[in-house]
Amino acid sequence: MIGVLKLAYKLLVNDKAKFTALLIGITFAVFLMVVMMSLFAGVLNRASATVINIGADMWVMDPSVQTVANTIGMPDYMLDAVRSIPGVKYAVPLFSGGALVKLDSGDYQAVNVIGLDDTSLFGRPQMAEGRIEDIFAENSFIVVHDSEFAKFGNPHVGTVFELNDHRGVVVGIASVATSSLFGTPTLYTTYNRAIQYIPNPRFTISYILVEPKTPNDIPEIQKRVHALGYLALTRQQFEDRISDFYKYQTGLGMNILIMTTISFIVGLSISGQTFYTFILENLDKFGALKAIGAKSRELIFMILFQATFTALTGYGLGIGLCALLTKLAKMRLPDYASRITYTNLTLALVMVIIIVAVSSYVGVRKVLRIEPFDIFRG
Amino acid sequence: MPNIAIKADGIVKWFGEGEARTNALKDVQLETRFGEIVYIVGPSGSGKTTLLSVLSGILRPDGGTVLSEDVDIWRLSNDELADFRLRKVGFVFQDYHLFPRLTTAENVAIPLILKRRNWDEALVEAIKYLEIVGLKGRAQLPPVKLSGGEQQRVAIARAIVSQPDILIMDEPTASLDGDTGRAIVSFVKSEFLTERRCILIVTHDARIFEFATRILHMEDGKLTAEERVTP
Repeated sequence: MIGVLKLAYKLLVNDKAKFTALLIGITFAVFLMVVMMSLFAGVLNRASATVINIGADMWVMDPSVQTVANTIGMPDYMLDAVRSIPGVKYAVPLFSGGALVKLDSGDYQAVNVIGLDDTSLFGRPQMAEGRIEDIFAENSFIVVHDSEFAKFGNPHVGTVFELNDHRGVVVGIASVATSSLFGTPTLYTTYNRAIQYIPNPRFTISYILVEPKTPNDIPEIQKRVHALGYLALTRQQFEDRISDFYKYQTGLGMNILIMTTISFIVGLSISGQTFYTFILENLDKFGALKAIGAKSRELIFMILFQATFTALTGYGLGIGLCALLTKLAKMRLPDYASRITYTNLTLALVMVIIIVAVSSYVGVRKVLRIEPFDIFRG
Repeated sequence: MPNIAIKADGIVKWFGEGEARTNALKDVQLETRFGEIVYIVGPSGSGKTTLLSVLSGILRPDGGTVLSEDVDIWRLSNDELADFRLRKVGFVFQDYHLFPRLTTAENVAIPLILKRRNWDEALVEAIKYLEIVGLKGRAQLPPVKLSGGEQQRVAIARAIVSQPDILIMDEPTASLDGDTGRAIVSFVKSEFLTERRCILIVTHDARIFEFATRILHMEDGKLTAEERVTP
């Protein structure tokens, strides 16, 4: 059978114009599909930036919280209540809120301020410059060096700014795993300084970060928190909740789905049509093979091989092109939110397999119906 | 009986439906023996190619039997029939049906590849046959670079490379000049025909009749006359 497949391969690739057209069709379709899905994955990842960067195992919040940005303050006693739940190793408060900063240049810039527990600094970022201990010094803030860093005027240690008429000093530059979605620089400070500098309603705890003693304690903690009228989620559950919000309640998911579907249909049309034309133009050759003595299953294998080979080559090229353009885009546009995930790759592969299946089915039907006699008769 | 290559009995074939239905073959009886070159001649539309297709396992008749080695080929399964064509029959199509995207050698090797021969071995064997037909130097060229006569010889090499018992040629000289046509048939007769092989040729071309053992005349779906050619 290897010889028959080699024959199929040569018939395919030696027809350079058709083969190129087929590859362009599949590559283009895969590229579009993966770009769309990667952008969506990137947006969702950035939407959960705070959750990912803080890294706590469990998050306690008001049940109305949908995204990490729309916090609803919880009373101080909740912290004590959570700490008293059996199975909780420790629990600390976290402040997350927006503020307006007046930069040294005189410009105003919206920022996101994260207030870490003063005692433990749980959820602190990785320091790229400066020392984390300096966060306890007067008016100290740490700036995250992410894609929004330049908006803060490319600060350095010692840069001074104003935050609600309070003096602020940059004492460190931090790096984080994921940039924020909302296009604002992120500042870290202590919880107490955050609630002191930023005007707040009566309740100031945005989230309670919980470390369970063991993973087995998580369900019980969730049950107890629920009984108190609040919501305790694991990190993954919180990320999923945020993703679901953007997917189903903002229209973003539907729009991306529509665009991905359009890419799929375009890809299917181009590739399917080109492959069908390829089969039609080679129909007499398949008929001649049939007359010479090729069995139907051999012809089916040949067509499947041709379709699969084209699809996988196009798939690889499409993914490569997408990765290359994403890399180039990120070099020029730090805000470019795109993430090629295994899920994206798998989904694109499934769509390519569908394209192959449809194209092959049409081709196989045509070839199986051809009568060698028609070839013989000329 | 062992000398009989193909025996057809009561072959009937209809084409079309309703009023357009035509009877292409009407109760045709035919016997060809090994060592013979049998020509089927007649006007266009007389059923020559249809008969050849039925005899070679390409077109299923509506009635009758075609025996090869005492087996009715039309009682074989589709795979067995494909196997019969691959192992027993070599075809030279009127339009050659060479693959333009393959080299000449690869074209000739196709029946061997379908017989599961190793690719490289098949090519070596194909080049041997190209040498026999005088085209060894053209082995790596695509068929489109060859003249009509050369393409015809490639088609012949492809038909005989798997050493079939029966060689079927449909209008082999239709697009060749007189000398080339005669040279081709003469060449096939001398290189292919043995006591264990036979050749069936459909043709209009009287210039090549001299090579025939028997000439069967066909008209309106029937074999109307048989002529023995004396060498």
